[in-house]
Amino acid sequence: MSEHIIPTRTYYLIWISLMCLTVITAAVAFVDLGQFNTIVALSIATLKALLVVLFFMHLKYTNEKMSKVAVISALFWLVLLLALSLTDYGWRGAGAV
Amino acid sequence: MSSVAITPEREHYLNKEYGISSWLLTTDHKRIALLYLVSITFFFFIGGFFALLIRLELLTPAGDLVQADTYNKLFTMHGQTMIFFFLIPSIPAVLGNFLVPMMIGAKDLAFPRINLLSWYLYIIAGIIYLHCILTGGVDVGWTFYTPLSSGFSNTKVIEAGVAVFINGFSSILTGLNFVVTIHRMRAPGMTWSRLPLFIWSHYATSIIMLLGTPVLAITLLLVVFERAFGLGIFDPTRGGDPLLFQHLFWFYSHPAVYIMILPSMGVISEVVPCFSRKRIFGYHFVALASIAIAVIGFLVWAHHMFVAGMSLYAALIFSLLSYLVAVPSAIKVFNWTATMYKGSISFSTPMLYAFGFIGLFTMGGLTGLFLAALGIDVHVTDTYFVIAHFHYIMVGGAVMGYLAGMHFWWPKISGRIYPEGWGRLAALIVFIGFNLTFFPQFVLGYVGMPRRYWQYSQEFQVLNVLSTAGSTVLAVGYLLPMVYFLWSMRYGKLADDNPWNATGLEWRTASPPPTYNFDETPVVTWEAYDYENMPLPQEVTLER
Ligand SMILES: [Cu+2]
Repeated sequence: MSEHIIPTRTYYLIWISLMCLTVITAAVAFVDLGQFNTIVALSIATLKALLVVLFFMHLKYTNEKMSKVAVISALFWLVLLLALSLTDYGWRGAGAV
Repeated sequence: MSSVAITPEREHYLNKEYGISSWLLTTDHKRIALLYLVSITFFFFIGGFFALLIRLELLTPAGDLVQADTYNKLFTMHGQTMIFFFLIPSIPAVLGNFLVPMMIGAKDLAFPRINLLSWYLYIIAGIIYLHCILTGGVDVGWTFYTPLSSGFSNTKVIEAGVAVFINGFSSILTGLNFVVTIHRMRAPGMTWSRLPLFIWSHYATSIIMLLGTPVLAITLLLVVFERAFGLGIFDPTRGGDPLLFQHLFWFYSHPAVYIMILPSMGVISEVVPCFSRKRIFGYHFVALASIAIAVIGFLVWAHHMFVAGMSLYAALIFSLLSYLVAVPSAIKVFNWTATMYKGSISFSTPMLYAFGFIGLFTMGGLTGLFLAALGIDVHVTDTYFVIAHFHYIMVGGAVMGYLAGMHFWWPKISGRIYPEGWGRLAALIVFIGFNLTFFPQFVLGYVGMPRRYWQYSQEFQVLNVLSTAGSTVLAVGYLLPMVYFLWSMRYGKLADDNPWNATGLEWRTASPPPTYNFDETPVVTWEAYDYENMPLPQEVTLER
């Protein structure tokens, strides 16, 4: 269970890229991309989440089985939330009880 | 017999240090459990006070005690106080905190300071919520439904939302602590299949706390943002979807029912074998049923939304999945019953509460199946049938389990025996009061009395009077244990290490336990619930 030491520089770099991505998100919001509005915003958000999980939460450097279990179950639960919600949003027009 | 100590007193977690700061800065899981005990009892009485006002208003058909606006606040604050500040923390934060390390043979939880932090978060949330109550209150229902909460209500929604948000983190931290502790801190020989079922159910509860609570937190934050800054998440005039709130809210709040009931099931799984003097029937099934409930519990949330206007397809799927979640609960009920079969049963107070739990929880669960059926749900949605159903689960189930556990482990917690005769009497009063309060509400709902109204038509009065009468009986039943528990702390008989001759590790150390629980780390070489090899407890004597 050796702890990987990450240079502080990496943390600053990640932090700066997170800030840049935030600015980009805000900037893109002023451009009308039609259908792609949501897609672009969510893609940037996913990228940011990935950076946080990989570096700030040390997932990139761990070999702990339990960390993987934790990440996979968190993602699985998110999929549950989205997939089951889609049974409503996908068929909203098809009548209600 | 006098309780004056003749021999010099043994050092234990209660007398090791004295003074306010020894409590407020403690990292001992047992002391933190007692901090929680005091605080949740305080909120229980606030929530109970609101409940009595509700029942008083409903004594007569006319809206005479309070106005409609006040009534809306009463049921909102009754629900929020009881759910977020009493039921969610009740068994996990008090009995779980006290027992999880002891049952697995550990000195403390994995993160003692985070444990204390979680109590402080609870207290901060509680103070904010009290402030909200005292400065006007909140009236949106415990569910915070949009667009009422985000746009139309002119009460303290933001304050209430922030309080519940902060309280959520208290619950997340408790869950995190339990998961890590159960994985990492088990004593030598304490394998997964030797864990007491109380531990299994707390493990399952922790999973729900960890994976569900963040969703509630972010959802309430979105409501606060929409209300404060006009964000268009749920407001249809800004391109939002009000049903999205209900999806997100119930994604946490249905599983939250299992946060309340799973720990109670854990208590029952300890009490039933002990007072039947038998090994639990189907250990692995009961253990895995807890995990199954934790997982399947997340797949059923939209059964709260059948008439809200979601798609028919979703309604069909969620109705089906809701039937499925009843299976693991039923497995547990059958296994407890099978455990009692041919056991040598004694009717001590914890066992009386366990009987109450099994019967009332089964009624609550079965009426849940009625509600999962689309046709019946349309008929009884937002009626007193629903109120009765979830009170059978949360009060008949969760609170009965909590009281069973408090009585069962009171000798360990306090080192004293509570008066058994009073205990049995209180259990009986609670059972009668509970049924008198809530059974009439099944009937009321079925014949059409809607929930959340401060006045009603004449023909509902008889049943409402019965229900109000029952609530006063129930109140007596809840006050009694508080009185005799406090009494027993000074005057109760001294408890020996294992007054019930139970098998758990927590009974193999002194009562009350030393600060680090065990003088030596225990080594476990036996299976859980080995009652075949345990002597019977001394005959429990009724006092006077
Ligand atoms: Cu539900």
